[in-house]
Amino acid sequence: MDLSKLKPGKTARIVMLEGGHGLKRNLRIKGIREGKHIKIITRQPIGGPLVVEVEGMQTVIGRGMAKKIFVEE
Amino acid sequence: MGFKHKKNEKKELKKILLMGNPNVGKSVFFSRLTGANVICSNYPGTTIDFTKGVMRIKGERAEVIDVPGTCSLEPTNKAEEIAVKMLGEGDVIINVVNATNFERNLYLTIELLEQNIPVIIALNMWDDAKHKGITINVEQLEKILGVPVVPTVAVTGEGIKTLVSRLDEAKSPDIKPTSEEGRWIEIGDVVKKVQTVKHRHHTLSERISDATVKPITGIPVAILVLLLVFQFIITIGNLVIEEILDPFFCNYYSPWITGVVNSFAPSGILHDILVGQFVEGKLDFAQSFGLLTTGLYVPFVMVLPFVTLFYLMLGLLEDVGYLPRLSVLVDTIFHRIGLHGFAIVSVMLGLGCNVPGALSTRILETRKQRFISATLLAICVPCMAQTAMIFGILGRYGVGYIMIVFSTLIILYVLLGFIMNKLIKGEAPEIFMEIPPYRKPSLTTLMKKTWMRVRSFLVEAVPFVILGVFIVNLLYISGAIDILGNIFAPVLVGWLGLPKEAAGALIIGFLRKDVAVGMLLPLGLSPMQLVIASTMLAIYFPCIATFVILIRELGVKDMIKSCIIMLSVALIVGGTLRLILLGV
Repeated sequence: MDLSKLKPGKTARIVMLEGGHGLKRNLRIKGIREGKHIKIITRQPIGGPLVVEVEGMQTVIGRGMAKKIFVEE
Repeated sequence: MGFKHKKNEKKELKKILLMGNPNVGKSVFFSRLTGANVICSNYPGTTIDFTKGVMRIKGERAEVIDVPGTCSLEPTNKAEEIAVKMLGEGDVIINVVNATNFERNLYLTIELLEQNIPVIIALNMWDDAKHKGITINVEQLEKILGVPVVPTVAVTGEGIKTLVSRLDEAKSPDIKPTSEEGRWIEIGDVVKKVQTVKHRHHTLSERISDATVKPITGIPVAILVLLLVFQFIITIGNLVIEEILDPFFCNYYSPWITGVVNSFAPSGILHDILVGQFVEGKLDFAQSFGLLTTGLYVPFVMVLPFVTLFYLMLGLLEDVGYLPRLSVLVDTIFHRIGLHGFAIVSVMLGLGCNVPGALSTRILETRKQRFISATLLAICVPCMAQTAMIFGILGRYGVGYIMIVFSTLIILYVLLGFIMNKLIKGEAPEIFMEIPPYRKPSLTTLMKKTWMRVRSFLVEAVPFVILGVFIVNLLYISGAIDILGNIFAPVLVGWLGLPKEAAGALIIGFLRKDVAVGMLLPLGLSPMQLVIASTMLAIYFPCIATFVILIRELGVKDMIKSCIIMLSVALIVGGTLRLILLGV
């Protein structure tokens, strides 16, 4: 399941990142890495961004990018 | 590799670079080390260019450079490009690491250790880490990385002395450059060995944080916050003007200055330039346009209170950490106009002065985004000096007229952004940034920051206001105003429904928008004409200071495109407003 489908308030484990080398690196250096637990704080309506929490730090991430992050509950 | 000091080879000052991820406190560090004041805030991307300062280490002078934050040595925007370029210039790097966010900060650390430059690590926000239940074994970390590590709290100064005293222990360990995967494996190892995290419950500030990004609670809060901020600025600003500054100017300054000027120039050109024309037989500070009357009244009485209060409020929002939350809430709209939510920072800075607003477009990732954001800023975001003058001339007729001006600009921002996003080629990446925790702002930092910004208004803007008033005098005395009026008459009279004398305001608007708005007052316009003219002055062109910065940021070619958009939009919007508001 991709991250954009995870319900707000739920936590899941990141299993895979998709996309180009640049995007993957960018995700990882901002803490979104395989094996980490990620929680959805909120999902903005009409295709808006998500606010996620990894290891106590919150990050806002666009819906398109979230679709490239695969998670397992 | 070992030690590699260059200071003995050359007589040049040793260069110390402050490097680290965005929003880890590098600028606070810089202020602590050099005693120089720089703008620090609680959001990533405050520092968009490097700042240099000087400090003393054991009697020796050294140069300290505050570098924009970056998460890795492969830049994703212009500010980060600057950071990576600066790397070649450093003799020593102080790598500022956010201890509360240790693991992901280590990526840049490892990259820096791979370079042949001595590094010392400052584990900053050490107090926050403790509160969060994070412990890092500093000695162990030093051993593993092979460089000195000093826990610090930059905002209170804790650990800074130790850091400085250990600066010459900085070294470049023998770490071979590796792949990205290799670095993450290394980081995993380090973190496992030195960091322990205790589980803990959500704190109150975190619950507030969540509530301010969830749309159901966040949007009403955002509206309330912005309303309160602007209500505060307007109410207090007007109070200060009406109760203190205006009475002072009218009752004390006015008789004194007319007396002084009358003593050597009772009438004639010199008198008119210094004191100005009398309106209905007496001096009118807003309309007389003398250098020593209007030239001082506009910046110090009409504008300064609003500018000061605005920067106070902006600084508060910045230091608390509200702007990133606002970015989240507006992202949905901003993404549809080719930008992303963080562009709201450019808008907020631009509402103070368009120059820092234009500079801050560097935090956007692509050329398309920078172009759209800069063009919209120049067209739709009036600076506080201009806004104050719009309040000054329209306020007397009622809030409704002011609302027309600002609603037009807001609608235009979205509409024009939407069109530009469709027409301009290039990518519009989505928002992706860390949201820092809320922080209790420090009053001294806030006051210092406000003063720095107000001072730059006094030093950089006020002389131009006075120059503007002087040029207004020249235009009238030389009769150039009539010639210009006739040239612009087709547009002004025929298209916008304004008198041809408004040409003077258009010319002065290149120099200072506040003076230009002020020039509308003596023309005897109807309130609706004032609305059209004020809106035009916001849209048609940026002031010279912003213009220069935009050429630098966008390049000449894109700036020409941007200017064509500005002028055509001004004509279209002006004509439309005339049809709607004047009905002719």
